[in-house]
Amino acid sequence: MKAGLLQRAAAAPHIVWSALFILAPMVFVVYYTFTDGSGSPSLENITRLNAGNYLMILVNSLCMALIATVICFLIAYPAAFIFSRMKKKAQRLAILLIMLPLWMNFLITTYSWMTILEDTGVINTLLSALRLGPVHMINTPGAVICGMVFCFLPYMILPIYSVMAGIDPKLIEAAADLGCSPAQTFAKVIWPLSLGGVISGITMVFVPSVSTFYISQKLGGGTFQLIGDTIESYFTGTAVNYHFGAALSLILMVLILISMAVMNRFGEGEGGEIR
Amino acid sequence: MEKKTIIQLKNVSKSFGSTRVLTDMDLEIRDDEFLTLLGPSGCGKTTTLRIIAGFETPDQGEVLFDGRVINDLPPYKRNVNTVFQRYALFPNLNVYENIAFGLRLKKPSEAEVSEKVKEMLRLVDLQGFEKRDVSTLSGGQQQRVAIARALIMRPRVLLLDEPLGALDLKLRKDMQIELKNIRKKTGISVVYVTHDQEEALSMSDTVVVMHDGIIQQIGAPTDIYNEPANAYVADFIGESNILDGVMEGDLRVRLAGRSFECVDKGFAKDEPVDVVVRPEDVDVTAPENGMLTGLVTEVTFMGVHYEIIVEIGGFKWMIQTTDRVPAGSRIGIYIEPDAIHVMKKSKYSDMFGDYSSYSSEHEQLSENTEEEDK
Repeated sequence: MKAGLLQRAAAAPHIVWSALFILAPMVFVVYYTFTDGSGSPSLENITRLNAGNYLMILVNSLCMALIATVICFLIAYPAAFIFSRMKKKAQRLAILLIMLPLWMNFLITTYSWMTILEDTGVINTLLSALRLGPVHMINTPGAVICGMVFCFLPYMILPIYSVMAGIDPKLIEAAADLGCSPAQTFAKVIWPLSLGGVISGITMVFVPSVSTFYISQKLGGGTFQLIGDTIESYFTGTAVNYHFGAALSLILMVLILISMAVMNRFGEGEGGEIR
Repeated sequence: MEKKTIIQLKNVSKSFGSTRVLTDMDLEIRDDEFLTLLGPSGCGKTTTLRIIAGFETPDQGEVLFDGRVINDLPPYKRNVNTVFQRYALFPNLNVYENIAFGLRLKKPSEAEVSEKVKEMLRLVDLQGFEKRDVSTLSGGQQQRVAIARALIMRPRVLLLDEPLGALDLKLRKDMQIELKNIRKKTGISVVYVTHDQEEALSMSDTVVVMHDGIIQQIGAPTDIYNEPANAYVADFIGESNILDGVMEGDLRVRLAGRSFECVDKGFAKDEPVDVVVRPEDVDVTAPENGMLTGLVTEVTFMGVHYEIIVEIGGFKWMIQTTDRVPAGSRIGIYIEPDAIHVMKKSKYSDMFGDYSSYSSEHEQLSENTEEEDK
């Protein structure tokens, strides 16, 4: 089959790419997790997770990511709703503005937040001038969450917006026609139909938030550690230990997969998919 | 006995931006009436329906429901329900839940919901479809669900916006009959919007012909067809030969260079008028017996009859006849007095010519225009 061959040839780069950059690293992660320094099989890395404060760090990271995700959702949902009701031209502009931060380097935006939140930063200068400050903000959990929200907010807004923009306005009219007040229309039509976007938005914010290390380093100032920092420290720090770093990564991955599975189950139950 | 008026529109006008879509519209919808708003794309018929439903507010004028002004009453407080053009079924709900949607807002018992939904499914002949996903239904079935979803609310008036527009011809015919039956069974008044004149004539008690946001004529289908108010209505409803004429006095009109007996009176002497002669009301005779004679230029076989184009004094008439007449032959035509309908001149008088552009016009007519008129 010529067409089949052609198709396979076209898919080849993708397959090679996936194998090289997705599958192979996964294999390495698993390999390192279950071996020790000499390369022989070992469960030492897993058992070591019980020791120290790794569990605390993990729980801490999950909490921080959860808070950031909730804040993102609270901002994004109404914003996406408002965008989807605007005129087409205004919608495009709004979406462009939302995407703008994504075009800038993520490190630069984080550094900018440092200068904004610093004790002598933009906000505190302003507050001091108004005799309201200074307020210590940098190197607090709040600063880290602020950074996460800023960096990942577009990933929450975009999927929710795209689902909402796809809701047929006639459905909203139909709901009103059948006796729904605006609040009921929201609860019975808009919310269930936008749930698919909400779930992908939550996933797209929660996953990077839970594993971020750069934001917590720069805006947290090393006063506390997130799991991303811990993992990073085992790969680049003075105490390099690929095996234990891999074990931590694997645990994190499993936790993320579990939370995604729970989330998707929740979405299916509500039947919030647009066809 | 005059039926009770449910909804009344008084002097309703509406513009979108600088575009005027309705001008001084007066309309009454009575109890147990099937009323059709008929007109081409952009005539304001859908806007009228949306004003009745509450999706649009008139700029001027009043909308009355049982004599009470409801201009600012939101849709969810009105006792009317709409069947939308492309049904607008809730994609996340199955057939049962779609139909139960409006009912559930009133917080009835589950037994009551189940009973009423079953009743509706029976009414629209969709028993056994309860658990089906609406996206798996055919257009006709979705249509029925949309009707059931609206009817379960027991509206005083059911509004239908080009409900059959998306269906193929065969299904359309079936649904027309079914809609008529459903309406008879429930006794609910219907306001039906369509651009299909045949549909309007065959289904309605009252037809409202609209053009450019103005009502051209309101009447029973037979009145609309037999006594069109002006050249626009005559042209829009069915086929018609619209000629210039001059009244010679009561019951006499001059057209095509000859004096004809007619049944119309009350015009001024020598008043210029529009005269409509329906193609099926013209009898074909031998040239020597004809009131007028002409040359057959085109013959089209339509099944039951032939549609022939006859040129008489430079004007091309359309005539429908069951006799076979060869193209190129000379024939005579005979017109009974009651086949001649005289109308006052209007701004539409000169817009409709003869059938010189016959074939292209036919193509245009058969084009099924999807429209979203506002």
